[in-house]
Amino acid sequence: MPYTLPDAEGHFGEFGGIYVAETLIPALRELQECYLQCRNDQNFQAELDADYQDYIGRPSPIYLAQRLTAQVGGANIWLKREDLNHTGAHKINNTVGQALVAKRMGKTRLIAETGAGQHGVASATVAARLGLECVVYMGETDIQRQAINVFRMRLLGAKVVPVTSGSKTLKDALNEALRDWVTNVDNTFYIIGTVAGPHPYPMMVRDFNAVIGREARQQMLERCGKLPDAVVACVGGGSNAIGLFHPFIDDDEVAMYGVEAAGHGLNTDEHAASLVAGRPGVLHGNRTYILDDEAGQIRETHSISAGLDYPGVGPEHAWLKDSGRANYVGIDDDEALAAFHQLTRAEGIMPALESSHAVAYALKLAKQLGPDKDILVNLSGRGDKDVHTVAEIEGIEV
Amino acid sequence: MKRLQQTFDRCRQQKRAALVGYMCAGHPSQQLTLPVLDEMVASGVDIIEIGVPFSDPMADGPVIQRASEQAIDNGMNMQGVLAVAKQFRAVHPDVPVVLMGYLNPLLRFGTQRFIETATASGVDGVLLVDLPVEEGRELRLSLQQAQIAPIMLVAPTTGVTRVAQVVDSAAGFVYFISVKGITGSGRLDVDDVQSRVEQLKDTTGLPVAVGFGVSTPEQAGALAQVADGVVVGSALVAAIDGAGTEVDARAAVRATMKPLADALGKVH
Repeated sequence: MPYTLPDAEGHFGEFGGIYVAETLIPALRELQECYLQCRNDQNFQAELDADYQDYIGRPSPIYLAQRLTAQVGGANIWLKREDLNHTGAHKINNTVGQALVAKRMGKTRLIAETGAGQHGVASATVAARLGLECVVYMGETDIQRQAINVFRMRLLGAKVVPVTSGSKTLKDALNEALRDWVTNVDNTFYIIGTVAGPHPYPMMVRDFNAVIGREARQQMLERCGKLPDAVVACVGGGSNAIGLFHPFIDDDEVAMYGVEAAGHGLNTDEHAASLVAGRPGVLHGNRTYILDDEAGQIRETHSISAGLDYPGVGPEHAWLKDSGRANYVGIDDDEALAAFHQLTRAEGIMPALESSHAVAYALKLAKQLGPDKDILVNLSGRGDKDVHTVAEIEGIEV
Repeated sequence: MKRLQQTFDRCRQQKRAALVGYMCAGHPSQQLTLPVLDEMVASGVDIIEIGVPFSDPMADGPVIQRASEQAIDNGMNMQGVLAVAKQFRAVHPDVPVVLMGYLNPLLRFGTQRFIETATASGVDGVLLVDLPVEEGRELRLSLQQAQIAPIMLVAPTTGVTRVAQVVDSAAGFVYFISVKGITGSGRLDVDDVQSRVEQLKDTTGLPVAVGFGVSTPEQAGALAQVADGVVVGSALVAAIDGAGTEVDARAAVRATMKPLADALGKVH
């Protein structure tokens, strides 16, 4: 039976759903209705495809990393080059799609939350293009860590609002964006940046990113005459991973690996590995794996990459984990940093620190699988935004 | 649950609305939680809402957010909240207690364990902000079986068909959110709320309480003309914030709640 989740109420088995305050429910229903119409509307899909091609620059290529493969001496490592997209990451796939939905709904104001700033930039980008007002909520801590992206958003005309509550990071930015939405629900469209949140967001954000996996599947067939033996992607909220995984779910011969941020180690409290080290709970409108303490309070997380620094994860990943269809593993800060350097030097491709987690795991997996196998890694973003972080960690003054 | 009904019945006989007061357990401190609750009753509060602090209170404004953070820092958790309820119940056998919070701390405590402990602590109702009618049907049934009312929210955005569905799964009372926004918002439109509450009362036999953004006696008095209950939260939480002694805390509660009780025509 082909994979059809979520159900009409947004459930992936026991995960997902719509756990928000009553004020937002009608807005979510309206969004769900409008999105389902868009999904079945050929004109909408044609408009979306045109934007993918002309604005984002899709299809993004797959690239056989030959020197990297030779260095490991195992399976072929292929990179899906989402880093080549307009604005430098997969995030734009989703914001372009949601902006089209917002336009159809007649909304005049876009809001978004952002951690590393990539989703904020991608949201500010589509807002500029459509001439819409844009407000981006960003934790105060992240604003300091990602000054360049904050400036990029402001150049694009967005208002960046610092969030000072809680841990002052992504999860608090999401709370604040939800509060804005509750208050301005009549004219405002909330562009959630990942496959978390209440239904229909996990489904909608997945659909807009599934172009990654659809292209990659076709490209691998053309280049190798077969599907990859494994697909690998990093998982924070999980949007690039689900985008890659989704079109492969029914291909049983393709193993799927989601790579979470193990931060300073899974045996410490300083990581962001909700699936590997968390447990089911409810956060930000959906039931999923989360990181919380014994009282049910959400824990502060840590990762070298701001984009993975989130205590929840998309509910579809929770389902894929429990069903055994996908495997979830952790890569710590040091391993990710080493992979960042290795890919940069071996191929002249500087990956985002988020994507470096996926690369690091692929290096291990390539060795295990051995030659004549093929691994496809989602290179979800480019590393330009991270050079300051890397310099700082290594004590280098730029 | 019976205490809720008795309280609303009594208020109706007295031709006035019930005053519902919210405080967050553990704020401003663990030690002052019970004195604050006690003074709320002494100042004319008819129904007590005890907030269960949560790290990510997405429907709350800055006042209750900060109070929650402080309460968590002070070591308050679900077990502590239920202990507070039990101690309160020992002193005030007839005042209804509603717990208000978010789902995750309850799930972590354990649904069954929560219902047992809440029953033993004399809790009358539970309001879970992030559990709309679509989710948590079993939890609501279990609460009802234990004679604990699942209190449901109706928002200004809730359409007619949906209102019927929501009130159908509620017990105790229906909580009408008076603003499109978060707790403590300053955009209350009394006329609009009055007409919505009147419509709502045509749909349900349950009492209707109104809250979110109610802070002044004038607002409370106007809403009391149509509603069965008026909820005041952020204004009280802000008033007791920073109170260091029991004397200060009690004085702040009194200064905030007594004028509200008077506005509702409560006879002391």
